[in-house]
Amino acid sequence: MAPTEPAPPETSPFDPPIQLLDPSGKLNPDDRLPLDLATVDLAALHRDMTLTRRLDTEAIALQRQGELGLWPSLRGQEAAQVGAAHALRRQDMVFPTYREHGVAWCRGLDPVSLLGLFRGTTLGGWDPYAQHFSLYTLVIGAQTLHAVGYAMGLHRDDSTGTGDPDRDTAVLAFLGDGALSEGETNEAFVWAAAQNLPVVFFCQNNQWAISAPYSVQSRIPAARRAAGYGFPGIRVDGNDVLACLAATRQALHRARSGGGPTLIEAVTYRVNAHTTADDATRYRPAAETEDWAARDPLERLEAHLRSTGAVTDDHFTDLEQRERDLAGQLRAGCRELAEPDPASPFEHTYAQLPADLRQQLREHLEFVSTGPQDGERQ
Amino acid sequence: MTVSMVKALNDGLRQALTDDPKVLLMGEDIGRLGGVFRVTDGLRKDFGDLRVVDTPLGEAGIVGAAVGLAMRGYRPVCELQFDGFVYPAANQIITQLAKLRHRSAGRISLPVVIRIPYGGGIGSIEHHSESPETYFAHTAGLKVVTCSTPHDAFHMIQQAVADDDPVIFLEPKRHYWTRGEIDPSSPQPLDRAVVRREGTDVTLIAYGPTVPVALEAAEAAAEEGRSVEVVDLRSLSPWDITTVRASVHRTGRAVVVHEAAHSHGFGAEVAARLQDEEFHFLEAPVVRVTGYDTPYPPSRLESDWLPGVDRILNAIDRSLSY
Repeated sequence: MAPTEPAPPETSPFDPPIQLLDPSGKLNPDDRLPLDLATVDLAALHRDMTLTRRLDTEAIALQRQGELGLWPSLRGQEAAQVGAAHALRRQDMVFPTYREHGVAWCRGLDPVSLLGLFRGTTLGGWDPYAQHFSLYTLVIGAQTLHAVGYAMGLHRDDSTGTGDPDRDTAVLAFLGDGALSEGETNEAFVWAAAQNLPVVFFCQNNQWAISAPYSVQSRIPAARRAAGYGFPGIRVDGNDVLACLAATRQALHRARSGGGPTLIEAVTYRVNAHTTADDATRYRPAAETEDWAARDPLERLEAHLRSTGAVTDDHFTDLEQRERDLAGQLRAGCRELAEPDPASPFEHTYAQLPADLRQQLREHLEFVSTGPQDGERQ
Repeated sequence: MTVSMVKALNDGLRQALTDDPKVLLMGEDIGRLGGVFRVTDGLRKDFGDLRVVDTPLGEAGIVGAAVGLAMRGYRPVCELQFDGFVYPAANQIITQLAKLRHRSAGRISLPVVIRIPYGGGIGSIEHHSESPETYFAHTAGLKVVTCSTPHDAFHMIQQAVADDDPVIFLEPKRHYWTRGEIDPSSPQPLDRAVVRREGTDVTLIAYGPTVPVALEAAEAAAEEGRSVEVVDLRSLSPWDITTVRASVHRTGRAVVVHEAAHSHGFGAEVAARLQDEEFHFLEAPVVRVTGYDTPYPPSRLESDWLPGVDRILNAIDRSLSY
């Protein structure tokens, strides 16, 4: 067999991921991943998934209207992100990629602040320490090492294994399937394992790294890699918010208690193209996208809520209003984002402005303040 | 009493670890072994393995983890074992460490020091004699400094640790065992160049490993009746053009010496700035004495390949005879 051929189906290691909520919305408890429903706020999960999707939809529209330069859509990954985020405690630290809009929403970031990076008004957009949510990272896999370092700090601060729920802290690092192939991700796994660090790696395997299908990255499920490093790996249905919540809770609890790292693989699907600048029809069949659309994570939870009567009709009515409010907030907020000050790149390159840079700033501000002259090109 | 540069660095790191409980050292073989050059000798024993950390073998991991530690309030001092082994960490240094203060509008401060033994002249095998300074000096957000004496090594490493910006700290490995006095009470500011020898005919501008060579050349030139001033840059980013200008203003002539390759090297920056700002006071073009635009040669060739006294004297002749 040529090394590039995928394994034949009968020997495929791709066992079905653990699922607690089936696509029809029916609960199927699984001994491997216990979840006490009494501790789960189903209405809040549904609310956050709905509003995350709306945030994403509005951002795409803003890009189409020319208000954003680019937007990486998370559509289809709402359950993975909201499920994982609902397992966090306030003090836990999150290191996102650039697509974790749902996690940002659940951490309580102002949703308008997510737009600045893509509008070109900032390279960051929020205080990473305020909600314990670091800046988006565009270099694939780089943030996994920052998560490891932060976890080393927690270990040195005696912030794990004390039994105090307000003190014990973990790090949640997000990555995609493409990041599995990066050397830095490998180093992060090695360090986390060797030092038994309080970090959870949450891999949203959305099947596509721009145009590269998962088979380009790996011949085994992501979760299986963890065993090679020496820590647990768990593979869950990433379109099942309850499975994602349960797996992340379990892993974060383990990390906070001093039990070390976990790799979670949430099997999901990037419904839209990589970003608004990408054309997914060039590399993947429509049938695949349609197949995954039938496993929509939001419809699944909604079917569950309606069939069990876990929420009232008011929940849905109120949520529609909240969606409209959010849409209005994003549309207005995006256009009102402050233009960056021409001095700002200079001011924050170093803690204190070096003399040469001060001179460059002076010259630049003089140039900017002069403005275009008559007859000059604009 | 004189000490070696290795001992001066060791003392400086010990002082930094003593002064601030948030300081920690991390790198390959720095704990039990004390580092391949013994710069961290004995520190693990005295400060424990949580503060003097033997890391897995992965340079990106060392710098990437340092970023996360700094975000948690620590001041990591990383040792990258050799100049030629910094490149696996280049992504973390350039795209993350150098950028996060800027990206976060000043909210993220990364007081990380990256120590790198650098330069040639020790008869080593490939990847162990390189001079990567301009890669980092060309990257906004990093500071790049290099010591040339035990006195500076002792003070500058502590200043680098106390600095709130990421500092690439280059240690000239062929002078690790050079001895010198340390005056504990008189550190120069980290970003300041110093005049190592005063002179009136020509200014020799050097840093790190080429400073002792430049001083030797100045001594030889003196025997021929030429008065050579030697400026030790110490900091390459930011760099102290003021001190260099003042010297060249007096002498009217400048020769820049570095081990790194000729083209696009730091000498080009010095020459460009001098022609821009001291044009009317220059009596001759700025001359560069550098490594060549080749990979570092096999060690049997290095003594002629590196800028030595004779090549510097030739350059001084060229400048003075213009």
